[in-house]
Amino acid sequence: MSFLEIKKVSMFFGGLAALKDVSFGITKGEILGLIGPNGAGKTTLFNVVNGFYKPSRGDVFFNDITISGHKPHEICQRGIARTFQVVKPLQRMSVLDNVIASALLRTGNRKQAEVAARDILHFTALDNDREVISRGLPLGKRKRLEIARALATQPEILLLDESFAGLNPSELDASIGIIGKIRERGITIMIIEHHMKVIMSISDRIVVLNYGEKIAEGTPQEIRDNGLVVEAYLGEA
Amino acid sequence: MQMRDNGFQMKKYFPIIIAVLLAALPFIGLSSYVMHIIILVIMWSVIGMAWNLLSGYCGQVSFGHAAFFGTGAYASGMLYSKFGISAWWGLPFSIIVVTLLALVIGYICLRLRGPFFALATLSMGVILRITAENLVNFTGGDLGIMIRERTWIEKTWYYYIILAVACGTFLAIKIVIESKLGYYFVAIREDQDAAESLGINTTLYKTIALCLSAMLTGFAGVFYMNYMGYIDPKVVFALHDISIVTIMVVMVGGVATYWGPVVGAIIMVLLSEIIRSVPALGTAHHTFFGILLIVIIIFLPNGIVGDFPKLRKLRDLSRGPS
Repeated sequence: MSFLEIKKVSMFFGGLAALKDVSFGITKGEILGLIGPNGAGKTTLFNVVNGFYKPSRGDVFFNDITISGHKPHEICQRGIARTFQVVKPLQRMSVLDNVIASALLRTGNRKQAEVAARDILHFTALDNDREVISRGLPLGKRKRLEIARALATQPEILLLDESFAGLNPSELDASIGIIGKIRERGITIMIIEHHMKVIMSISDRIVVLNYGEKIAEGTPQEIRDNGLVVEAYLGEA
Repeated sequence: MQMRDNGFQMKKYFPIIIAVLLAALPFIGLSSYVMHIIILVIMWSVIGMAWNLLSGYCGQVSFGHAAFFGTGAYASGMLYSKFGISAWWGLPFSIIVVTLLALVIGYICLRLRGPFFALATLSMGVILRITAENLVNFTGGDLGIMIRERTWIEKTWYYYIILAVACGTFLAIKIVIESKLGYYFVAIREDQDAAESLGINTTLYKTIALCLSAMLTGFAGVFYMNYMGYIDPKVVFALHDISIVTIMVVMVGGVATYWGPVVGAIIMVLLSEIIRSVPALGTAHHTFFGILLIVIIIFLPNGIVGDFPKLRKLRDLSRGPS
């Protein structure tokens, strides 16, 4: 079985099926892109993996153990961290304190957590903004803070929800560089992204969702040539 | 966070200097009325600091701290009225009773967020008041509990006891806030969903904050029983005179600051004494508190301690350009 296995997951909100029998796996060390038009169920899938939702049907396995129905903090402790599409910094805390708060998951000692946090801020190129109160950060840096905070929990899998949306070109390059470095650390990544150029260049494999169903899975090249995917995005020719 | 603010060396010794000055205070021969006011200020500081831990740092705003204050007072008073032992045993005994109560209240209320939690706690205070009024055989009902022989006539020992409780509370909160717990509390306040997804067991840590806060408030209740020598449900489970005043103390002084509750307690106790001394006002003093709260929220949303830089700027402005 895969590292993270999503098995026939369905999620209903009343009569609306946000996810319908979605199944796929992620192998250790890969970067998996998750794409699809607006409302396709990408973030819902993250919320299921992360534990905010318990799937209506189906299961999520991590290292062959089912994690669906567990609380988000338990899932994070097991090694799955996520970022939010709508960034959720701890607003009135400094950038450093934000990262310390999440580094404390792996150590009870504040000093050690601070060392780890400083290391991660260096890694994500946020050194100079350490003491800034996080609600004052520009969006690009807030998105990077989300990544820094998720990394501080020392995850095995990182779920990135549109970490590139709304970035300017130089911020985009910085973030892509960071993704590459995260992978070098041996962290598996699942990423939701609308920026096609980015997703095609960094993903090993791509899963496409549309109306809650998986319509395609494959390498970037295969996805690009897939008629169904083109249709989902552009409509029928 | 304000917690790593170590600008001056002086600031580090500030709490010790204050403690020494306070310890020497009874020797300068203050009248017993002044001592009474000072004792009340210190007691309200304790309640304020306790509320601040749960509502200021952890962000779970409680409108029902009278529940813990009153339960502490009753736990202590009933040791005297039912078992005939000193009400001071309430100090250790209340830890068990109040913490159990906090666990029950937490189990019910902490699944609610924001204003819903506030309303639920508000109801808890009222429920306990009505319970205490009606369990006549148990609590003495509306007659309340009176301690016939006071421990001391003089105020000095009461003063030292509440001062010790206050110093202990101040230190305990400082230690908690600068530890992992403090970071988790503030993280929960700032964004509960984010905190949860960062691996923080929000239910657990909110319960810890509630229990600690309740326990410290309970101590103040025990002290009140022993000091005043008389309690009844309307006094110790009062909605405005306890629960709301607790919130005012911290709001006026400064939410999520170490010294805010102390400053707030000084102002609130003095203010209510001054207003009480004008008989013409009658119960209109509630109006004053209401107006004060509105002014504070609009102009000093972080309280006097939290908005101190703003106040200083105002003072400099009024002196004219230099």
